[in-house]
Amino acid sequence: MASDKVKTVTDGNFDSETSKGLVLVDFWAPWCGPCRRMAPTVDELASDYEGRATVAKMNVDDNPDVPSRYAIRGIPTLLLFKDGQLAETIVGLQSKEAIVATLERHL
Amino acid sequence: MSHGRVVIIGSGPAGLTAALYTARANLKPTLVEGLEAGGQLMLTTMVENWPGFRDGIMGPDLMTEMRAQAERFGAEILQSTVTRVDLSRRPFTIGLGEKRELQADALIIATGASARWLDIGADRRLSGHGVSTCATCDGYFFRGKPIAVVGGGDSAMEEAIYLTRFASSVAVIHRRDSLRASKIMQDKAFANSKITFVWDSEVADITASDKGEVTGLVVRNLKTGAQHTLPVDGVFIAIGHTPNTSLVAGQIELDANGYIVTHDGSRTSVPGVFAAGDVQDHIYRQAITAAGSGCMAAIDAERYLESLAVPSSVHETADGVGATGR
Repeated sequence: MASDKVKTVTDGNFDSETSKGLVLVDFWAPWCGPCRRMAPTVDELASDYEGRATVAKMNVDDNPDVPSRYAIRGIPTLLLFKDGQLAETIVGLQSKEAIVATLERHL
Repeated sequence: MSHGRVVIIGSGPAGLTAALYTARANLKPTLVEGLEAGGQLMLTTMVENWPGFRDGIMGPDLMTEMRAQAERFGAEILQSTVTRVDLSRRPFTIGLGEKRELQADALIIATGASARWLDIGADRRLSGHGVSTCATCDGYFFRGKPIAVVGGGDSAMEEAIYLTRFASSVAVIHRRDSLRASKIMQDKAFANSKITFVWDSEVADITASDKGEVTGLVVRNLKTGAQHTLPVDGVFIAIGHTPNTSLVAGQIELDANGYIVTHDGSRTSVPGVFAAGDVQDHIYRQAITAAGSGCMAAIDAERYLESLAVPSSVHETADGVGATGR
């Protein structure tokens, strides 16, 4: 049950969608077990931080360019952008608490 | 705070089998899944040695079935992570995050083991940028690229063989001159034309581009001391596991390698605390042995709780409560 609050970003709209404010992007793929495991957490964060941060997902199967630009060779990976600048990289399955701690540092 | 008869920590084959058996014994177990829910099998593909599936079963599918089977008999499964336990007082206290606590008369620890890293610094730093401990998660990023696998056991061979689906070549780097892997896995690996072997060698360093992507390995021959560079885009580490015992360290007897010491089945040094699966087993480490030991822990916990019930019913009788007995 993907939350409609999570924005889907693509190679095409990535730059415009991440250019303003705090944007957390979850790089995932359907075949990745840990990504599926983390998906509900990402959905919750989208609701919890509505209005304060944008939460987005990018399917690496469909979008090869952006993952390559950020040297992503493992998923799940979370990238946090602040006004278009990469602020944090979090690799691997994370607890909600760990992601919240990172987000709070930038709010 | 909720109080249960049995709490199980961990949701791999050991924890879920313990949940299944204690649920069927009407002990209404509560199982706390942990972050890596489903355990190591969630990171595998086809499991060919789980009895009863002649054509194999996908690891994640097997765990989904086990979870559903435990729930069918009434196990309560919490999607949460245990952050602390107190084994010094009874009932035992199990903390979930900041606020929530469970109490239990019996505790089954089935927290498993996690993949070990190389301890060279570079491997952790480059995790997600070419260094991985999960072939099924990250193999996809190395289509048509040369990669390496470090290790010589069954897991290393399974990863190497799986990765040949994507990679142009797979170099297996192993500390010895022969593999520790089972014969069938060795045969599969030797027969695969994409796999080569670098014997008697260890990874001394991992090189990366300015962008922070892995570009190669510095490989040192342990017999000659000679070093050479192996250009690869990715390296998968499969050099064994570390038991997840930080929760109970200092409260329960551990062996020199950090595994929980069990005796007389699944009993630990603390009466009422039982251990099952990879957290107490560095020898067999199979899904089926983990499940078997989870069953043992459930039966041991059930008998322990029965032994507790005897004096307490006597006490109740003395108070004039439940005088007719059980």
